[in-house]
Amino acid sequence: MAVRMRVNPIACTGHGLCAELLPERVTLDEWGYPVVSAKPVPPGLAALARRAVTDCPALALMLERAG
Amino acid sequence: MSGITQSTALWYASRATGVVTLVLLTLVVLLGIVVNRQGRLPGLPRFAVTGLHRSISLLAVAFLAIHVITAIADQYVTIQLIAAVVPFASSYEPFQIGLGAVALDLIAALIVTSLLRARIGRRLWRGVHWLAYVSYPVAVLHSVTSAKDLQSGGLLVLTLVCVLAVAAAVCYRIAAARSAGGPASPGGPLDAGIYRTAADHHSARWPATGGDGQDTVPAAVLAGDRPAPRNGAGR
Amino acid sequence: MSDTATMTTSWPAGAAAGPGAYRLLPPGGPGPGADLAAHVQVYGPLPYAGRARRLTEEIRSAGLTGRGGAGFPAAVKWTAVADSPGRPVVVANGAEGEPASRKDRQLLWVSPHLVLDGLQLAAEAVGARRAFLYLHPHEQLHRLLAGALAQRSEAGCDRIVVALVAAPPRFLAGEESALVSRVAGGLALPAFKRPRVFERGVGGAPTLVQNVETLAHAALIARHGAAWFRQAGTAAEPGSMLVTAHRADGASRVSEVPIGAPLAGVLELGREPAQAVLAGGYHGTWIPAAQAATLPLTNAALRQVGASLGAGVLAALPPGRCGLAENARVLRYLAAESAGQCGPCLNGLPRIAAAFTELSGPAPDPRCLPDLERWAGLVAGRGACHHPDGTVRLVRSALGVFRGEVELHLRGRCTAGAGGPAAAPFLPLPAGPPAGALSRDDWR
Repeated sequence: MAVRMRVNPIACTGHGLCAELLPERVTLDEWGYPVVSAKPVPPGLAALARRAVTDCPALALMLERAG
Repeated sequence: MSGITQSTALWYASRATGVVTLVLLTLVVLLGIVVNRQGRLPGLPRFAVTGLHRSISLLAVAFLAIHVITAIADQYVTIQLIAAVVPFASSYEPFQIGLGAVALDLIAALIVTSLLRARIGRRLWRGVHWLAYVSYPVAVLHSVTSAKDLQSGGLLVLTLVCVLAVAAAVCYRIAAARSAGGPASPGGPLDAGIYRTAADHHSARWPATGGDGQDTVPAAVLAGDRPAPRNGAGR
Repeated sequence: MSDTATMTTSWPAGAAAGPGAYRLLPPGGPGPGADLAAHVQVYGPLPYAGRARRLTEEIRSAGLTGRGGAGFPAAVKWTAVADSPGRPVVVANGAEGEPASRKDRQLLWVSPHLVLDGLQLAAEAVGARRAFLYLHPHEQLHRLLAGALAQRSEAGCDRIVVALVAAPPRFLAGEESALVSRVAGGLALPAFKRPRVFERGVGGAPTLVQNVETLAHAALIARHGAAWFRQAGTAAEPGSMLVTAHRADGASRVSEVPIGAPLAGVLELGREPAQAVLAGGYHGTWIPAAQAATLPLTNAALRQVGASLGAGVLAALPPGRCGLAENARVLRYLAAESAGQCGPCLNGLPRIAAAFTELSGPAPDPRCLPDLERWAGLVAGRGACHHPDGTVRLVRSALGVFRGEVELHLRGRCTAGAGGPAAAPFLPLPAGPPAGALSRDDWR
């Protein structure tokens, strides 16, 4: 089951942990907010993706079914 | 070992782990405020700061557990198991131990909700997490009222340092939250420095062009068509 | 009441006088207004379908789409709400936060009972027991609607009670999730859309949110049928729609037009020439005048030029105006109307407005152009609602259509000449925020 990351932009306050943990899918814009790629998360990065979701201080990230 | 010596060892262990727990809780609260304010610790990525906040809190729970178990196991004073979680149920120093039970209950809520935070949703987790600011003073009160050796000497200094550090951090958190009003509030600085008009565009009043914002617009105009302006302002 | 509702339409040749000739805005005279008896005389009594979902099938055949801007097929929405578990709620959306649009207010003023009929019929069709009318905050309008509702309750024609809810005077107040939040008693702030409103909306109930004009059309379809509705418009986009047209000479008018009517006719571009046409309001698209003059008012035709009908706002910019200055004012308004909940929108829109204001001034710094493009790219699609997306659409189309003006400005000149952007503004906007930035109370 392919998953992708999604950010709730209202909850997000720009901590930036997600970009540190998963730079392959998340980069920060010039104001510190995440630009989350819609590309699916490969199995090798799944653990990091789950950690990003759990560790986000604002609980603004989620994993959803891709496609 | 005679009963008295064994008891004394347990009693010392309880007091020692109690002090360590207090110090660890202090660090946890300070780190929590650092995370909330999106601060950095030198040389550490942000996920390491949150990682430290979590690890030290779990370490504090471990020491807290030993602190409680040794206090109960010690036979010199009678503290029932139940008194660890039910406030003021202890026969020995019910008030002081009761405070400890309150702190423990609050900390248990914090730990459980944080372990399950991805599952329980933002609102519930955040609501419970505010209790951290209650659990800390209660833990301090419990420590100071229960342990005579915290009331003087080196341990008193240590306690004061911990309390002052948390108090300062809390003041900083309140002040920062008030002035920010959001990550980058509209009234805040706009670094579009090359744009002459950037500074006041937010408060720049756009002149109304007869839009229907006002209640004083006559009914006919409100409901009907708007003719071309007589002074040719449309041109 | 004055000449409130003169039609500027070209109705199909066969449309004679009689019950079917009246659509939303009765031709040649004032509408019945809040008088229930007059309404029944003009349109006939409220025809309940007798059971749920029956009217849904009729509007499905009629091909009725939402008139609030999204153009979503109404029957699909009604079915989704009726299928979702729980007792549904219906909300008529009359917030009309778009400053350039007046059609919802005019409809409510002129034919409120059509809207209220449609609300009752929609409630019957989806099985709702609670209904709300979400209104632009106009005291006179509220009193009119309250009076209309009182007459209906006295006459006993309403099956469920309708509660009036005042929207705050915000651009985003009519956004679907903001509406749900306000109707439920909170602030009119857009939400992150999980779950969708038709599944869980007001009080957790499946909620049908429909523009007041759409409900009025439904009330007419219930009386005259799908075939009658399809007598106007095109096969793919049937029916009529209300348009708020701002002519190049400054006159503005709400008209009912059959979909497919020539855009040039609605804006009278032959008589009042324009340099460009804005279609779809302040989240819409600019079209060069020459191109606009050839287009019929259909989504199919407008999509070919990157535009859409939206909520039927059309504005023709007269030749002597600086298009950049007009857009800069609108962009400042849109930036200030951000809900401020999402970082990209909160940070990006004010910067876009500042850069565009720079561009619209004398001797602009040329760096504002790449900045605009970068910020537009950063902001689109990254908010919880479509406010940043719509704003970027306006910016990009303005930069395209007013490319000539941009070149002039970069060379130190301007179409508006000595008068400059300081001349009286053309595109309508409400008075600016009273004390600078909005606070949470401004969303109640």
